[in-house]
Amino acid sequence: MPKDQSIGEALRARGISRRGFLKFCAATASLMALPPSMVPIIAQALERARRPSVIWLSFQECTGCTESLTRSHSPTVEGLIFDTISLDYHHTLQAASGAAAEAARAAAMQENWGNYILVVDGSIPVGDPGYSTIAGISNMDMLLETAAGAAAIVSVGSCAAFGGIPHANPNPTGALSVAAFIREYGNRTPNTFAADAAAQAAHTDISSKPIINVSGCPPIPVVITGVLAHFLTFGKIPDLDSLGRPLAFYGQSIHDRCYRRPFYDKGLFANTFDDEGAKKGWCLYKLGCKGPTTYNACATTKWNDGTSFPIQSGHPCLGCSEPDFWDGGGFYKAISTPTGDISRTAVYAIGAGAAAGVALGALNRAKRTRLQQTHSKVGIDDLDKGG
Amino acid sequence: MSAAELLMWIRGPALQFATVVFVIGVVVRILEILVLGRKQDLAAARGSALAGGLRTIFSRSVPDRGTLQRSTFNVVAGYIFHFGIFLALFFFAPHILFLHDVFGVYWPSLPTQFIDAVTVVTMITLLAVLLHRISHKVMRYLSRSSDYLAWLLTFLPVLTGYLAFHRIGLTPPMLMALHIASVELLMVAFPFTKLMHAFTLVMARYYNGAMAGRKGVNA
Ligand code: SF4
Ligand code: SF4
Repeated sequence: MPKDQSIGEALRARGISRRGFLKFCAATASLMALPPSMVPIIAQALERARRPSVIWLSFQECTGCTESLTRSHSPTVEGLIFDTISLDYHHTLQAASGAAAEAARAAAMQENWGNYILVVDGSIPVGDPGYSTIAGISNMDMLLETAAGAAAIVSVGSCAAFGGIPHANPNPTGALSVAAFIREYGNRTPNTFAADAAAQAAHTDISSKPIINVSGCPPIPVVITGVLAHFLTFGKIPDLDSLGRPLAFYGQSIHDRCYRRPFYDKGLFANTFDDEGAKKGWCLYKLGCKGPTTYNACATTKWNDGTSFPIQSGHPCLGCSEPDFWDGGGFYKAISTPTGDISRTAVYAIGAGAAAGVALGALNRAKRTRLQQTHSKVGIDDLDKGG
Repeated sequence: MSAAELLMWIRGPALQFATVVFVIGVVVRILEILVLGRKQDLAAARGSALAGGLRTIFSRSVPDRGTLQRSTFNVVAGYIFHFGIFLALFFFAPHILFLHDVFGVYWPSLPTQFIDAVTVVTMITLLAVLLHRISHKVMRYLSRSSDYLAWLLTFLPVLTGYLAFHRIGLTPPMLMALHIASVELLMVAFPFTKLMHAFTLVMARYYNGAMAGRKGVNA
């Protein structure tokens, strides 16, 4: 496919009808909570947009995010939008390998310096760069180098966005999210430039690059493509929440949009996975549902072409789009419950309290007897417990 | 420390600590009173101390007309916020789940919208109570810093609970951490402040009633 083809031309060349294309635009608009009047504007912008170069770097990741993305593939139009970007580097999806793959990345960077979109999945190990390398280049260096010429960075998946499972306790590789890495190491010059003085001189500080976090383990396919579509349509990054996620997709919690919410409000809960409540589809809060503290579009967009989402299939939300969701004290424990055994602590404390109480009481009795014998007066201050 | 880590610490070690202080403190203070004992009453009993005591626990919960007329605001506002806290504490679904985790018993919850409304009323009443304390000359004169501390310790869990439920201002794990932390503060201070009345109130009423009952007085 020629690189300078517009998205509209590319879609027509692939036999996508205007109707199908508009449907995608409408879906994107509604996902982004834009009024229907925006649909033609999105369509127009996307039609005319030159296919931007996208470089996709995979660091400490499981490829689940790519798996997710490809699930939005043909025959849906979301997938084709992906055909209409120029995905110039992606380990799993590119044909080239080895030196040829790295050459493709270098070429794409050079041709589109300052304009390409950098997508990252996976976290960056800073404990020892050797934990994860690609073509002999450490993840740190590759990110520093590639981010320098990017228009924006999209961190796809919870690993890139927040560190994910590699970052989970005890984080053996010293894994960092893209944003955390750039905050700490963004002003470094990559080692790969060591021999190349010109590249070193040209290297820009990446600390201020815009980063969009598309969290989720994995993120919902249409959310990944929706974010890219937004960038293409408006040429700027969307409104983000405090964790750097697009508000259009992460603006509401799972709990806010969950169809089991009426049961939660009425206090009807499933206690086990196979009791009456579970069969009747009652709320899964007691089974550890993290929906109330999780922001994602699962409950509205759903998965597998809008078929269903975890809660609909009877499993509580794990909170996969939130930072450190692995370390939340157990998937099947509600976030508001104690992590330890409070009952046992309380029993021991009662024992200790009883012993101390009786001892203190005995002391008080002795004191009273003494005061009685000496006919001392007890004033209000003697009785004051400071309360 | 991330919000998630903070929440884990608050739900873990901090909660254990607060529980230890709370339980030991409460048990010690109750036993201190009980062990002190009373002088033996040698007079012949003219009525049942037990019946009088038990009756008074309940009868004194109803304000007599004189008190109601003299301090209408104190009585009414007092009832509202106590009842509000009771409902929110024991009948909000996530609280029941928490208590279930500790005590192993489970009971039905009230609708969240209802609890939400109760919380708002409770907060307004608590604010009114504080305002009254500050603006009323005698009340202000009688108030000590520990009274304001007790008010704050009571108000914070309600406020943070409301914020956490509606997820206002901070990330949900952070709000949850703050809410549980405010309860832990309350627990730690509980045995050492007048908040202890939640337990001693029953004892005091029983004692008054039992004394009267023994004398055959219908108090
Ligand atoms: S199942 Fe989860 S998200 Fe749905 S209402 Fe219950 S707690 Fe909320
Ligand atoms: S329901 Fe929760 S855990 Fe499941 S995919 Fe959605 S955000 Fe992730």
